[in-house]
Amino acid sequence: MSGTFVGMPAFPEAAHEAVNNPTLRGNLRHATHTIRAKREKAVAEVSDWAQLREAGKQIKDHTLRHLDRYLVQLEESVMAAGGTVHWAADADEANDIVTQLVKMTGESEVVKVKSMATQEIGLNEALEAEGIRAYETDLAELIVQLGKDRPSHILVPAIHRNRGEIRDIFEREMSEWGRPAPEGLSDTPAELAEAARLHLREKFLRAKVGISGANFMVADTGTLVVVESEGNGRMCLTLPETLISVVGIEKIVPTWQDLEVFLQTLPRSSTAERMNPYTSTWTGTTDEDGPGTFHLVLLDNGRSDTLADEVGRQALRCIRCSACLNVCPVYERAGGHAYGSVYPGPIGAILSPQLRGTGSEIDASLPYASTLCGACYEVCPVAIDIPEVLVHLRERIVQGGPVVHEGNKVVLKPAKGHAAERAAMRAARWAFAHPGALRTGQRLASRTRRLHPRTLPGPGKAWSDTRDLPPVPAEPFRDWWQRTGGGKEGGK
Amino acid sequence: MSSRERILGRVRRALADSPGEDTPIERAYLREHGDRSVEQTVELLAENLADYRAIVHRCTAADLPATLAGMLAARGAKTVLVPPGLEQAWLADADAEQIPDRAVTTPHELDRIDSVVTACAVAVAETGTIVLDGGPDQGRRRITLVPDHHICVVRVPDQVVSSIPQALEQLDPARPLTWISGPSATSDIELDRVEGVHGPRTLEVVLVGSQSSAEVNS
Ligand code: SF4
Repeated sequence: MSGTFVGMPAFPEAAHEAVNNPTLRGNLRHATHTIRAKREKAVAEVSDWAQLREAGKQIKDHTLRHLDRYLVQLEESVMAAGGTVHWAADADEANDIVTQLVKMTGESEVVKVKSMATQEIGLNEALEAEGIRAYETDLAELIVQLGKDRPSHILVPAIHRNRGEIRDIFEREMSEWGRPAPEGLSDTPAELAEAARLHLREKFLRAKVGISGANFMVADTGTLVVVESEGNGRMCLTLPETLISVVGIEKIVPTWQDLEVFLQTLPRSSTAERMNPYTSTWTGTTDEDGPGTFHLVLLDNGRSDTLADEVGRQALRCIRCSACLNVCPVYERAGGHAYGSVYPGPIGAILSPQLRGTGSEIDASLPYASTLCGACYEVCPVAIDIPEVLVHLRERIVQGGPVVHEGNKVVLKPAKGHAAERAAMRAARWAFAHPGALRTGQRLASRTRRLHPRTLPGPGKAWSDTRDLPPVPAEPFRDWWQRTGGGKEGGK
Repeated sequence: MSSRERILGRVRRALADSPGEDTPIERAYLREHGDRSVEQTVELLAENLADYRAIVHRCTAADLPATLAGMLAARGAKTVLVPPGLEQAWLADADAEQIPDRAVTTPHELDRIDSVVTACAVAVAETGTIVLDGGPDQGRRRITLVPDHHICVVRVPDQVVSSIPQALEQLDPARPLTWISGPSATSDIELDRVEGVHGPRTLEVVLVGSQSSAEVNS
């Protein structure tokens, strides 16, 4: 997987820097706590949340288990609806396909609706190298792009920036890219949004090529779905003559009906709304309504390798709602950049090392970027057991063992330089093998919260040297699980 | 080997150890939330639309032309975009110049039009959502996107469903759909909600039924 943040230090060092940046911590804390509280209210509004969550999990598991079948079905239905389907085994191939498609149109600029898949493959950079300029049109992505920055949150990529910083970026950079910021721009969100509207509208109205991702692809109808708030998605999906969508192969749902689950759980989990302002669906092309040419690029880039891991594959259920980021005590302190990939937070900690393999220092350290408190699992609308995958990946890194890399079985050597973690793992394995001890340990931890040290003793010291220990949750996850029958009673 | 074969091969090998049984999906979730009369469902739609900062009006079919004319005048709209199949009577009283939705109109031309009036395919009460399916009375997707003011007419109770599952049942996936819940919005700057980044900044919804005319809010 390209798009690895080049020269990225391992998580502990990267996080250390973030933890010592008070502005960043302040921005992040405010943001995650606000969304978290809103999400709880939005979820409480629907009495059948637990059933929706279970159905979402089952639909995604079922899809993954028959992914070959659904991919072929999707390809057929997209083609029948007038689209063209391309298959990309890795980032380079996907970038090549998209670059060629853009070149065929004769255009040298494209408008983009926020897409994690295209960030993952480093598409903007690849296009730039071929003389094609890609404009990000999501307000937050615009802030990130103009600021020559990296996104730090799935949903609010510029979450680490406050209004003053955003004004400065607009004033300094907008003229480089097109319409300059208005004179005397203030730092009120309304004025900043207006400046972005004017700056981007100029680009939307002349754009001939749009590039998007998709939240869902429906196998039986060939429909793609984009869920958004600002309308920049609608602009990119509607106004250009050519639309190119780059989508991970795991984004399939089998039937039109399945959308009824995710269109209920995604908005509430992500922006804590009953429904996001705009959802667009398109099935191939429609005469005189929207792009006359539609290309779908199906992206593997490590996903089939992830699918080969029976424990880890559940990460492919992810619908990128970002709820797990907002509840994660480690993310709250370390920020998104520390994860060194486009997928930050708990999901990033399990997805990136699987998509990219654990060869690099950052990827080998990601499964340790967690306290295993279980909050991420609790909020996940498709019930991904992130702690389970974290422990599984830690074990694999420490002990080595068989993994699948680019479709081939290889044996991973035990990681060097993880002596402390190896010791910690032995303890963890013992605890997981002795559920009684684990339970007692967690209960004890909960009850003695106020007495907790800021660093860990013994083998954990190296680990906590570079991390602030988060508070232990008021109720151990295990107790919550038992009390609510595994979340089925919707308890929190 | 093509990438298609390579990817499908990898997927098949990855799944070789997994039992491929087809247990049916457990759909224990609700088809709709709560038990409401038809009138209550329409009321909920109005509330949820307003909660997401759409401006909601209610009137009878007979009052619709006057209501629409009044809304356009209040906005000072000089031009209004009209989908080909919109009922002509609806805009009979309007002073604004009517511009037909035509395929040759460029986005720049659309950008200069003040308002657009459309019907809808279905409206979802529980989420405060209107869905457009590109039908003749709704027009192309772009006409409700570029102008800054969108007026959407919903026939109540006929076009109103309670929930997302009910809405999906009524919609045709082959059509290009646009689901709209309130005006365009962003919370990207310190999570302060700002209306209207790219789509219309003002969304007005007219619920047309047999009830007497009453403004829910404005
Ligand atoms: S892992 Fe779950 S909670 Fe996290 S982003 Fe994905 S779906 Fe949302």
